[in-house]
Amino acid sequence: MKIKNILLLITSIFLMTQVYYAAAVTTDIYPFKNTQQEERFSVLLQNLRCLVCQNQNLADSNAPLAEDLRQQIYEMVIKGDSDDEIIKYLLKRYGKFILFKPDLDPNTYLLWIGPFILFLMAGIAFGRFVYRRRM
Amino acid sequence: MVPELGHFALILALVFSLLQASLLFYGVFKNQKLAEAYLLPLTYGQFCFVFLSYALLAYSFIVNDFSILYVAQNSSTQLPWIYRLTAVWGSHEGSLLLWVFILSIWTLGIAQFSKPLDKKTMAIVIAVLGIIATGFILFILMTSNPFLRLLPQVPLEGRDLNPLLQDLGFLIHPPMLYMGYVGFSVAFSFSIAALIVGRLDAQFIHWVRPWTLFAWCFLTLGIALGSWWAYRELGWGGWWFWDPVENASLLPWLVGTALIHALANAEKRDAFKSWTVLLAILAFSLSLLGTFLVRSGVLTSVHAFANDAKRGIYILLFLFVVIGSSLSLYAWRSSSLRKEVFFSPFSRESLLLANNVILVVIMSAVLLGTLYPLFIETLGLGKISVGSPYFNAIFIPLMVPLLFLMGLGPNCQWQQMSFSLLFKRLRMSLLLSLLIGISLTYGWMRSSDLLTCVGITLALWITLSTLQSVYRQTQRTQSFYGMVIAHIGVAVCILGITFSTTYQQERHVRLSPGDLVSIGQYSFQLEKIEKLVGSNYGGFSAKFLVKKNNHRIAEMDAQKRNYHIAGMMMTDAAIQAGFFRDLYVSLGEPLDKGAWSVRVYYKPFIRWIWLGALLMMLGGILAAWGIHSRRRV
Amino acid sequence: MKSRFIYLMPLLIFIGLFIVVFIRLQMPIDPHEIPTALLNQPIPQFEITLLNNEKQSLSTKDFMGHVSILNVWATWCVTCREDHELLMKLAKSEPLIIYGLNYKDSKQESLAWLARLGNPYRKVGFDQQGRVAIDWGVYGTPETFIIDKTGLIRYRHTGPLTESVWKKEIKPLIVELQA
Repeated sequence: MKIKNILLLITSIFLMTQVYYAAAVTTDIYPFKNTQQEERFSVLLQNLRCLVCQNQNLADSNAPLAEDLRQQIYEMVIKGDSDDEIIKYLLKRYGKFILFKPDLDPNTYLLWIGPFILFLMAGIAFGRFVYRRRM
Repeated sequence: MVPELGHFALILALVFSLLQASLLFYGVFKNQKLAEAYLLPLTYGQFCFVFLSYALLAYSFIVNDFSILYVAQNSSTQLPWIYRLTAVWGSHEGSLLLWVFILSIWTLGIAQFSKPLDKKTMAIVIAVLGIIATGFILFILMTSNPFLRLLPQVPLEGRDLNPLLQDLGFLIHPPMLYMGYVGFSVAFSFSIAALIVGRLDAQFIHWVRPWTLFAWCFLTLGIALGSWWAYRELGWGGWWFWDPVENASLLPWLVGTALIHALANAEKRDAFKSWTVLLAILAFSLSLLGTFLVRSGVLTSVHAFANDAKRGIYILLFLFVVIGSSLSLYAWRSSSLRKEVFFSPFSRESLLLANNVILVVIMSAVLLGTLYPLFIETLGLGKISVGSPYFNAIFIPLMVPLLFLMGLGPNCQWQQMSFSLLFKRLRMSLLLSLLIGISLTYGWMRSSDLLTCVGITLALWITLSTLQSVYRQTQRTQSFYGMVIAHIGVAVCILGITFSTTYQQERHVRLSPGDLVSIGQYSFQLEKIEKLVGSNYGGFSAKFLVKKNNHRIAEMDAQKRNYHIAGMMMTDAAIQAGFFRDLYVSLGEPLDKGAWSVRVYYKPFIRWIWLGALLMMLGGILAAWGIHSRRRV
Repeated sequence: MKSRFIYLMPLLIFIGLFIVVFIRLQMPIDPHEIPTALLNQPIPQFEITLLNNEKQSLSTKDFMGHVSILNVWATWCVTCREDHELLMKLAKSEPLIIYGLNYKDSKQESLAWLARLGNPYRKVGFDQQGRVAIDWGVYGTPETFIIDKTGLIRYRHTGPLTESVWKKEIKPLIVELQA
């Protein structure tokens, strides 16, 4: 029980420091009317590659092109474009390289399904091995 | 004179490594006495000359000898002296020399501290290490000599160390990482020896376990330091990017983790030897692959290290020879290590095996994702990116069963365990962790995020069941406590990852001096922006006053540095660290009218990620020490 | 014999990996270059005011009916200088229609640069925000596009234009397209 108490204490401390947005004094660089839009914007940026950087997403990059693309995506989100429309817009201009999470298509079947097939195969091999060595 | 001496010392080291490889191999098969007599002197000789070479390069950095191309490219007179020491491994040539230096330390350590072992095996082990050293030193001498002179026009000033690397975390990150990479060469060479001799007895395994654990601890620390460095230096507060270079260090870690568990299994039951040998070969092969990926430039990465194709081809061929021949040896000889043992499907053995299998699957998945863009490009199918959204989507579901099994393992007996007994023992822990996990996530935190729930539940499950195993265990050895600490480290790390990802708060705002931005109870006031003058950089420094519920708690200083010589802009984030949360401020670009773009983050529990890694490392050290001091009869 | 095969598996997988990586290392691919998604696609619909005249514009229409070149440049871009030299030479010696897109730059400095070094462009669009460049899928300067008579993008070159790129790649293509 002691352990549980400690854990509860820890989590309750966490809950005390749990925070919510307070009234802002300053202007956000990308102000949104609602949290859904804000959430979508941030997820989109995290899933898109900054083309000129080595391996950064659009959210993290300080490159000028990344800033322009952020602005472009921001305006599209505000305008009410769907994620699909925004991704399509970018794909048309920059190609698949911009997506950090590749679409499922014939070229990426192996990438997406491979790990799970491997897991299954390994599981079967493991099961057979253990079965043969059972006491 | 100094660089020529260093160069010459390296050539002598090459000679010693060659002798180590050839003479000892010859001795093993033809003349045992010869091998025994030359083993130590050759090892010492190689170590001394590699050390000399390394020391002379370090000396050249200290005295700013810009007549050496490598020094001129990676240092400057304005660079603080401590960074001049780390600049030795700041780029390709020097980091390879460090690699070889660490290899010679490990080799010496094994040769010196392995008296109880059979001489023939020892000779093969040192000979294999000699082959690896030969390959690397030859590589340095042929393609990446750090002692090349820049004559006759000696520059007055160097081009400075890459500003990203001028950091405390980076001071020790590469050496630790290399200690881990290279440390796996011990288990590797022992495996080769076992395959050649056709025998791998428990005494061997007992002896190799602490070495492997130490290597694993170093690698764990190295990865954690790298992550901590990225958190502070890359300027946007992330701690893992699934960058190819990071993956390159994660791959051997995953297999190394499997290996330390497999070794426990192999020692206890005197079985699963061919599997253990394969893991040892894999762990070191992946370390070599990591070196190749970072150095060859075949993958685009956030760490834009200098690279060229000739080097890539050389390392690749070297890899082909080393890995190819050891896997061939494995295919040919490993059946000689076969020995059938029996155990029930619910037993420590089967759970340890399951751990191994899952870890290898995860490793394969990460490897697949890392190399996939390269496959696609090679096949002429265009250019794609595989980044963190992919890896998270694959890695997390595969981790879940592994973490679940972690709770079962320590509570399971060797050979046989009835399922109902195991369930009876652990049902309270299972129930409690599920209950707390679900009620915390969906009840108190009012979150609907499944991953948060899974993370909390698993962390609790691991902690509770591990503690339960302490309660049940009758023989609480040092290495047992090592396991407990390391496993709890994993739980701590999971909590850190879960909370910091789900409950991070972030604001990206426009601030002028005097403006205030708040996140929850915390408010950050930009007091002033000052010009910054450092030893080898200039820039701006933004002073923030931080208040919590209107009580002043800290002052933070976020900087934007411009390193003159390297010509690079760096974001030096201000971090106010705490046990339960970090406050993180990063200065963006100047906007109009004296305003700046500023990002402010509240990152709960982020320290726990590295704390967990430290616990894992501590546990590993404790276990290694315990195993080492436990004499085998 | 089946169990033998299992022991061979790791070696076979490794050899497979090795072959792929080896081939890749032999291929002359610049890891930093991103292929354009717009190859053989119609140019984007756009209209943008000119650098030297706010009342006139550069737009999609300008590219119709003849082979043209679009060069994306900026004064802050060091390698654009080399491009500019070559473009000046070409503008004098070859019958080409060259358009420019001035990318994220200051108007004053850009006009001064053209006055000082000469103007090879028939029209220069002034893209201070970089929005039109996004439509063209530009990710850096300098970039050069070749557009055919029907308004399809047939070629894109990133980085500085050199004599050899011009002779080997661009000129033959333009001759072919103009025929």
